[in-house]
Formats: sequence, C-alpha cells, structure tokens
Amino acid sequence: MTDHKVKIATTSLAGCFGCHMSFLDMDEKLAILSEYIEFNRSPFTDVKHCEPSDIGLIEGGVCTAENVHVLREFRANCKILVAVGACAITGGVPAMRNYFDLRDCLEEAYLHGAGITNPQIPDDTELPLLLDKVYPVGDVVKIDYFLPGCPPPADAFLQLLLPLLDGKAPQMTGEKLHYD
Amino acid sequence: MANNEHTITIDGTEIHFKAGQTIMDAALSAKIYIPHLCHYPGLTPSGNCRLCVVELNGKDVTACTTQAQPGQQIRNQTPELNAARMAITQMLFVEGNHICPSCEKSGNCKLQAMGYYLGMRDEHYPQFNPRREMDASHPAVLLDRSRCILCDLCVRASREIDGKNVFAIAGRGIHAHLIVNTVSGKLGDSDIAVDDVAANICPVGAILIKEKGYVAPIGRRIYDQHMISDVAFDEHVPEHKEHGND
Repeated sequence: MTDHKVKIATTSLAGCFGCHMSFLDMDEKLAILSEYIEFNRSPFTDVKHCEPSDIGLIEGGVCTAENVHVLREFRANCKILVAVGACAITGGVPAMRNYFDLRDCLEEAYLHGAGITNPQIPDDTELPLLLDKVYPVGDVVKIDYFLPGCPPPADAFLQLLLPLLDGKAPQMTGEKLHYD
Repeated sequence: MANNEHTITIDGTEIHFKAGQTIMDAALSAKIYIPHLCHYPGLTPSGNCRLCVVELNGKDVTACTTQAQPGQQIRNQTPELNAARMAITQMLFVEGNHICPSCEKSGNCKLQAMGYYLGMRDEHYPQFNPRREMDASHPAVLLDRSRCILCDLCVRASREIDGKNVFAIAGRGIHAHLIVNTVSGKLGDSDIAVDDVAANICPVGAILIKEKGYVAPIGRRIYDQHMISDVAFDEHVPEHKEHGND
C-alpha cells in the first residue's frame, strides 16, 4: 500500500444511491479500508466539488445538464474513473424514459397524471435542464473500469479497490457477474 | 480414414458424431459448449444469431447449420471468435431495451447469461432505445417486442411442435420485427396456449407467462447459479403435439 491515503471521490448522477449503500455494505471491511483511503467529493463527506483524486466512482446515468458538468469535473480530476452499477453503465431504469418523448413524460407527470392539483411543468431556472435522453456515462466521458450490478455487491468494490490501492490493475474477470 | 470415420475434432478434442448430425448436435452430445442463442435441440436450426460461428478448416461457419463430416478440424474457443461473440452480444443488448434490473426474466435470460459467460462488463455501443409495440392482449401470455432478439425460436416452436402458426418475422434488416399471425395482429386473437412450447421457449423477456414472473426469486434462478455453458446440454423440445390437444 502507498504511504499517503488514496483519494476517492464518488457521486450519484441519475441513480438511487443504492450503489453507495452497497459500498457501505462491506461492513467491517470499511474500517480496514479507511486506513488506506480518504473521501473527497462524495455523499459521505458533503464536499461540493471534486478535487484531484486517485479514483472516481460514478453511480447513475446522465439525465441532466448538471450531470454532464459533474461527470466532466470527475473525469478532469480523477486518475481512474469507474462506472458503478447498471444505470452508469447502460442508463438503467431511468433510461426507460428514453422510449417516450421528454415532453410526453413531463406532461404525464405534471399535467395529466392522476391526482395532480395546480398542474404546471416546473421551469425554475435553478432546476437543471433535462437532457432529451438518459445516457450511459461512457457516452460522455472515457471510463476506465465498469462494475456491473444493481447494485454491484460490496465484494465487487473490494475486488476493484484493493488492487488499485496497490497500484495494480484490477483483475475484473474472476468475480461472478450480475446485471441485476 | 478408418480413424476419423464419424469423428470430428473441436479445439483438439476428437468426438464422435452420428450421420446427419450438425457440428452443434455433435458438440452438445459430447458436452462441448458452443455458444448459441437461436438454436434449441429438436427444432430446425436457423443460424440467425451467429454466436455459434466456429472456424472449420480455416473458414467461419455456423455450427448449428453445418453438417458434421468425417475429419473436420474445428476451432471454437479462440480469442477472435469470442471477441466476435462479445460484439454480437453487446449489439443485441443495445438494439433492444434490455434493462436487466427491471426485467422479470432476469436470471433466467439467455442473453444475460451469454454476457456473463463472455465476461461482458459494458454494452460498448450506443443504445438504440427502440420504441416497439407491446402486446398485452392475451390473458396469460405477454409479448414485449422491445426485448425481442429475433431468434425466431417461437416462430419455429409454434409451427414445428405446437402445430400452430402463431408467430412470424416481418420486415428486413433493422426493420425486422416479430408479428402475430392474426387479422388484428394481436396475441389475444391467436390460438396460443399458456403451455405451448412457443409461449415458453423465448430465451429473453420478450414472451412472458403472466403472473409467473417472480415464482422463483431473483438470486435463485438458473443463471444466478449456473453458467450457461454448464446447463446447455439437457435441453430438448417435447415431441410434436397433436393440434388442438391442450
């Protein structure tokens, strides 16, 4: 292991934070891991902007213009960028809106859906602009490793991180693959 | 000649075959796995998915449609063939709407199992996000074309085993799609029955039996527990049924 702590940044774009929960699911191994890593931008730290880091973990697909900015910031600052989970890799469940026009989705949700009062499509300038479709992160930036699963099991994070902490390339073929 | 009469060699292993068998038949009998999605023992081979392409005397052929001939030298597990199989599998994923976490076939899906077998970690190509017609008109059988990989197993099973003619593939190339042979084009107006082979043979989640999706929980399904290459040898369609006998 290296002398300084390895910096890890994480974010959830169009995701459900399930991959972050799965990361935490490595339980007592987190205590060991914490001796070797520190978190930069992450829901675990509430750091707002990604600073130069060794590893970036991206959960979720790209759904809004803000997602694009965050993803590019991660790519610019992380030596190794990992797409974590089905949504980051393929778009996943949020990408099921891709089978409809965006306007139809908004009208169904905010104008014509069941039980709606005061129907209006939100248009506050503070809201991130929705993209026409939900994209896999690999469509926007270069991704170095993919961690499939919904979510990837906690052990999959370890199999990825432990070799990286040693400065080695992870062997990603051994573990049992799952897309669900 | 006597030595290689009725034997072929796959990746250095010499195996016997019976006259009339294809390379795929012979390999399955010898428990040698050649990847395949559109082949199902007992149905006429179609050769459309191209996953079973092997190298025969230096030439690429589909194992499911090529007769075994004495002395054939076949290469199956090569880096080049498996790279091509990976590309085919990734293209099948992006051409349809294969969102494994939301699909009730997950764990029993052969396309997914092929991804596991080949070590597919991402889908590489841009997603098509196609918009295809869903047909929920039948009380017991659902047809979601967005997951159809056009293997035409249901087409063949309906004609050859069920003695019906429920399905067909219409259109060509990127416009090819699964149709139902009724005036309305709806499955609800067809004579498909829930125990028909055609209703149960779909390798993906395009044809599903309603209300059965989660009888086996996620995690305890076939390919959650087994590699497709370990469980592909015992498959065979039932014998031809008498028409209307259900």
